[in-house]
Amino acid sequence: MQLITQGAEAHLYKTTYLSPSTPAALKIRPTKPYRHPILDRRLTRARVLQEARCLVRLVREGVNVPAVLAVDWDINNTNNNHSGAGGDVGEGVRGNGAWILMEWIEGCVVRVVIQRWERYIKSRSAAVKLQDNEIEEEEKKVKGLLRRVGAAVGALHKAGVVHGDLTTSNLILRGAEEPAAEGDGEGVSPDMQGEVVLIDFGLASQSIQDEDRAVDLYVLERAFGSTHPRTEPLFGEVLEGYRASYRGSGSVLKRLEDVRMRGRKRSMIG
Amino acid sequence: MISIGLESSANKLGVGIMVHPDDGKPPQVLANVRHTYVTPPGEGFLPKDTARHHRAWVVKLVKKALREAQVSPKDVDCICFTKGPGMGAPLQSAAIAARMLSLLWGKELVGVNHCVGHIEMGRLITGAQNPVVLYVSGGNTQVIAYSSQRYRIFGETLDIAVGNCLDRFARTLRISNDPAPGYNIEQLAKKGRKLVDLPYTVKGMDISMSGILAAIDGLAVQYGLDGDWNDDEDVANNASTSDDLENAKPTRADLCFSLQETVYSMLVEITERAMAHVGSKDVLIVGGVGCNERLQEMMGIMARDRGGTIHATDERFCIDNGIMIAQAGLLAYKSGSTTALKDSTCTQRFRTDDVFVKWRD
Repeated sequence: MQLITQGAEAHLYKTTYLSPSTPAALKIRPTKPYRHPILDRRLTRARVLQEARCLVRLVREGVNVPAVLAVDWDINNTNNNHSGAGGDVGEGVRGNGAWILMEWIEGCVVRVVIQRWERYIKSRSAAVKLQDNEIEEEEKKVKGLLRRVGAAVGALHKAGVVHGDLTTSNLILRGAEEPAAEGDGEGVSPDMQGEVVLIDFGLASQSIQDEDRAVDLYVLERAFGSTHPRTEPLFGEVLEGYRASYRGSGSVLKRLEDVRMRGRKRSMIG
Repeated sequence: MISIGLESSANKLGVGIMVHPDDGKPPQVLANVRHTYVTPPGEGFLPKDTARHHRAWVVKLVKKALREAQVSPKDVDCICFTKGPGMGAPLQSAAIAARMLSLLWGKELVGVNHCVGHIEMGRLITGAQNPVVLYVSGGNTQVIAYSSQRYRIFGETLDIAVGNCLDRFARTLRISNDPAPGYNIEQLAKKGRKLVDLPYTVKGMDISMSGILAAIDGLAVQYGLDGDWNDDEDVANNASTSDDLENAKPTRADLCFSLQETVYSMLVEITERAMAHVGSKDVLIVGGVGCNERLQEMMGIMARDRGGTIHATDERFCIDNGIMIAQAGLLAYKSGSTTALKDSTCTQRFRTDDVFVKWRD
């Protein structure tokens, strides 16, 4: 097993399933020692089950997400005797975490693709004066990717699920090549073909409320702005892609305007 | 270069004096004095009364700071004041004092963003180079990371700040506001044993706390713990076995404990999510709630598990103070920013990411 990444809640490993040639993603949610054991068990259990339920539903609806292969919400607790849990607790109540095994998606996270593109444009414009048509070509490519991101989120919402933690780290561009090393492939504009696959449903829930959907988009918008400040002006493309993806998107985008106004300490001028 | 900083965005009035030695030695704190407007248990601080307190104290504190620092007005290079965010009337009282000093001494003014002040002071004291910052106080709750000339907000509260949530619950339980309601909650929580179920509201890197406050206020009412203390009341739960504890009625200490465990878990979780997202291993905690030792402990465990370190400071630097304004203001002043007298206003709404950070690359 190879550790791929340590997210906030889980460790992601690359492993195989059934046959050595079938790669799979194993997401282990270790117990969080900083959390109170009762709270930790409650959250870990609720989230891993919710994640599995949402993924199963989305696969059935034909949304681009990894399929679930197996899940265990309480590692090493075969007797499942939790009746004594609670009260003044020692280590006995602390669970051992949970895991979920999923289909392996080959590709590269959208965050890395956009960051590579931003670096490419920066180094290219430093080397030569960019022609208008080249800038236009490059922007068209990114806009196309962002529209597909919007469409992927739309498909998710149409299927009755909200993600809860949409960032460009939680979107995989299928087939895109991971840069082997830092600075690799710097000289070329990155490939942006391929499907956009949504991953990491640890905070997902089933909802068809405009409010929840709008908050989902707001979380993505904020994460995008803080992660890719240079590409932020193009974020509107995501919303355009979203608008075109299903009926009912219009009222969600309208609600998004209300959600934006709620942020704290915004300047009220203008 | 020497700067004097005036801070008054909430119930603390602080005056601080910083020096950045010309020979490139590390900056030094010359004076850090503070006076807090403390209200009786069960009451918050109102803007007009707080402003009256600040107006009454500001001259005394400036004199005291100059005396402690052994600095005379002619040595000072710039006068820094909090431009915002904060409460309007208290902010104005220090801004007026700063303008007066500027005219009296003939020195330049520098308006400072309060949140940036906290971050710069935390960086200076702990030596953290480029950490993810958790800024938690009575009026602010933000997860911040630096990128291209701005402190960018990755996550924040969608409604009330964590300190506000704790302060208001302290009012419900009639806990003393001296020295600070959050400090007294922390002491009480150490005696808590029973964890009550509260909402846990994390939305990506954002959190919401108003529902938690409503839920725990409701529990306090349900168990008759709101209002004044009974003499025969048990502060801590004295159930002897875990089954007894599960069935026991929660005490004030249990409620404080549960509130702290729940909201701090949420804060640590969003901080960890931001660290995973930006790929940083270090975390810096600033703001008044940042001196809570349980929060520091939880954050420390999280950072250790990620192979990183936690940077935190004590109440001298965490709680609102004048030196953080002097520090951030002097950094801005050295990079060429000053505030003209006619622009030396203050504002209740001033986002951390509105500030162009000229002094970092």
